[in-house]
Amino acid sequence: MTDPILDVRGISKSFGALKASNDVSLDLREGEIHALIGPNGAGKSTLIQQIAGGLRPDEGTIWFGGTDITAESTVERARRGLGRTFQISSLAMEYSVLQNVMLGALGRRGGAFRFFSPVMKDKALLDEAHDALAQVGLEDFASSITAELSHGQRRQLEVAVALTLSPRVFLMDEPMAGLGTEGSHRLMNFLGTLRQRAPVLLVEHDMDAVFYLADRISVLVYGKVIATGTADEIRANKDVRAAYLGEEEDA
Amino acid sequence: MSIILLVEQVLNGLQFGVMLFLMAAGLTLIFGVMGLINLAHGSLYMIGAFAAAATAAATGSFVLALMASLVAAAAAGALVELTVIRRLYDRDHLDQVLATFALILIFSEGTRWIFGSFPLFLEVPDYLSGSVTLPGGIEYPRYRLTIIMIGLAIAAGLFALIAKTRLGIQIRAGESDREMIGALGVNIARLYTLVFALGAALAGFAGALIGAIQSVQVGMGEPVLILAFVVIVIGGIGSIKGALVGAILVGLTDTLGGFLLPHLFATFMDASAAMSVGSALAAMSIYILMAGVLLVRPTGLFGGK
Amino acid sequence: MRRETLLNVAVLLGLLVVPLWAWASDAPFIITLATKVVILAIAGIGLNLALGLGGLVSLGHAAFFGVGGYAMGILASHAQSYTPLMEWPLLIEGTKSMPVIWLLAAVTGALAALVIGALSLRTTGVYFIMITLAFGQMFYYFAISWPAYGGEDGLPIYVRNGFPGLDTLDPIQYFALCFGVMCLVLLFVARLAASAFGLALSGARQNAERVQAVGLVPYRLYLVAFTLSGAITGLSGALYADLNRFVSPTMFSWQMSGEIMIFVILGGVGRLFGPVVGATLFIVLEHLLGGISEFWHIYLGALLLIVVLFARGGLIGLLAGREVAHD
Repeated sequence: MTDPILDVRGISKSFGALKASNDVSLDLREGEIHALIGPNGAGKSTLIQQIAGGLRPDEGTIWFGGTDITAESTVERARRGLGRTFQISSLAMEYSVLQNVMLGALGRRGGAFRFFSPVMKDKALLDEAHDALAQVGLEDFASSITAELSHGQRRQLEVAVALTLSPRVFLMDEPMAGLGTEGSHRLMNFLGTLRQRAPVLLVEHDMDAVFYLADRISVLVYGKVIATGTADEIRANKDVRAAYLGEEEDA
Repeated sequence: MSIILLVEQVLNGLQFGVMLFLMAAGLTLIFGVMGLINLAHGSLYMIGAFAAAATAAATGSFVLALMASLVAAAAAGALVELTVIRRLYDRDHLDQVLATFALILIFSEGTRWIFGSFPLFLEVPDYLSGSVTLPGGIEYPRYRLTIIMIGLAIAAGLFALIAKTRLGIQIRAGESDREMIGALGVNIARLYTLVFALGAALAGFAGALIGAIQSVQVGMGEPVLILAFVVIVIGGIGSIKGALVGAILVGLTDTLGGFLLPHLFATFMDASAAMSVGSALAAMSIYILMAGVLLVRPTGLFGGK
Repeated sequence: MRRETLLNVAVLLGLLVVPLWAWASDAPFIITLATKVVILAIAGIGLNLALGLGGLVSLGHAAFFGVGGYAMGILASHAQSYTPLMEWPLLIEGTKSMPVIWLLAAVTGALAALVIGALSLRTTGVYFIMITLAFGQMFYYFAISWPAYGGEDGLPIYVRNGFPGLDTLDPIQYFALCFGVMCLVLLFVARLAASAFGLALSGARQNAERVQAVGLVPYRLYLVAFTLSGAITGLSGALYADLNRFVSPTMFSWQMSGEIMIFVILGGVGRLFGPVVGATLFIVLEHLLGGISEFWHIYLGALLLIVVLFARGGLIGLLAGREVAHD
């Protein structure tokens, strides 16, 4: 078995009395999709933020490609190859779709401090950008203004921007949220092919997608990982059933 | 340089500090509750001073003059809140800056129109003029001492208002969660007008009190406004405690800097060079203090995250 | 051509034709007004780089305007009194040469912006506004209390500085010079906006989180933009001082910062020609309304209020529609 590329080791994070992450460990290996599921309020967002660099854990370490990145900033992690998509689309809304992917391509190449040559005529960057748009099926919308895209299209654009970064790991926060059936099927198939390029840590509410896609699933409840395993193992796990069924009884 | 002189300067710094607090407290409340940056706060200070000067000239009563400053500034504050300011709460900071800058132009020129370009004078009444002898044989102007005490009393009152009263609870709720107070059935529009008028009254009152030391003229408010901004940056935005600490720090730094720095430079330079270098540096001292705070704590001494 | 481009061309032509007509009909006052428009427009273009592209609401740009003005004043005053600026460790003489003065004004403007920006960009939002305003005021008080170069009274320069091959005291020639500088600055900013830097900077304004997630550091983008912005505004300060042959602390005043911002807003934030249109409008209003009433700032205030509350795209927004250039 190869070493995991992303390795979260025993991280904890508290907000006052609330333990949002409680000794969480999980890892991500080459070629896999590892899904993170859990009821609302289980601490998924807090965990993602700690992995992406927006929050610093109180305890524990995060390793990326064999390096301890616990103290690194969001930007440093992005440069190492952590490609993130946001739960709520986080895009430059006044920009065209193409400009948003160009921003990603520029971030990957570095060298934002070029002041004179017109960036929208940079052949190499344009090729990367159009390529990424084609992969998510947004090529016809390259010149649309981002603010005018539908919700689903913005999700696709999020993924396209992450693609331009050619990341070593994809960190995807609910990429299917708000997509219609057809949209989520398209994205599901696409994500299935993505794991050959880089492993995906997937936070997702859509259980069909998770059980269809994921090689492994971790279940987070009240800030703790209560189970990690294959889809079948998770389905059979008593704690998981209790956690989910319990929640359904409450609701 | 004697100790007596130094104590006198410290008191002057304190007096300047409490006046800055009256300005900064209003600004920081308005920002904390409504999220608004109000450049026209200096105009309300000016309106208070003019109202006081005009009333004193008409009635001869200093107490009436002070009351007039409160009423006029609060009324002007409520009026602009109802007509202009409330359209700005949902706008970005740039729009707030521009609209309140426009209000400065309107208020300043309007005042010049009504009162002319010459400064007015507000006399300190007899019962507050002269000086008192403090313990240690220090002679200090009675009026300035009164200002310090009034300022500290208002600060105490403001803390009590926010800690103890219904309005205070609503203000604190408004600072943490705006939708929440709406849900609790508080009339938000009225609360905002009230908070704005309160901040305006504090500024107007400060303008009247200072107007008796300096002259009352158009443009008197903006330098004080900018110092109040420095106070807020140092103290941390939205924090009344921060405004008090920041105001006193700025008051002391400004006064003592102007007093001590020329002396300090005189120890190794000739007198006239020391005077010019010292006073030029003193003019920058509070901004250097602000830069220092920014380096260590970008959100101010009492600011949140 | 897009309507905005047409409008831009019209504005440039208008700014060129009016002074030429004034020259032909011997009305030097109009030429001076046009020169003032052009110089103030440059100051606004500087601010627009920080404000329009970077979203940095700086209320302290008078600091850079004044620094540029004093760079000119100090160099020229030493040249006119034949005393060196500094003798040790190296001899620095004053100069009356515009290109040298411009360079130094831009460099000192940039340096001031670098220092102020490095500190103020540690914060965001209202903090940034208050801090830039405060630092501007610091320069103002410093200029007042520093007696070496005139203190409160300011510093007159008796003869306008020289430019090789031109008679700068001839109003139309000085206008042409300033107009040329403005065109170069516009070209520079247009290229900048379309460059990789412009893409990243404007992206950071729209969504700093997004820019970080692709591995770029907003702080550095902002700081470079702020510094360049200071350089441009500093340059305009030197031109302005040369127009008046006088520098004084009022160049540093908060009103000046506010006016530079008004140029940008009246014309339209983020529009390349916004500050040019805004400065033109401002000077025309000052001239027309100032003729009617001594208290013309009331009307200016009312107009500004109306623009902010009801016409957020500025004049160019009204004339050219909402659409902003996208590539």
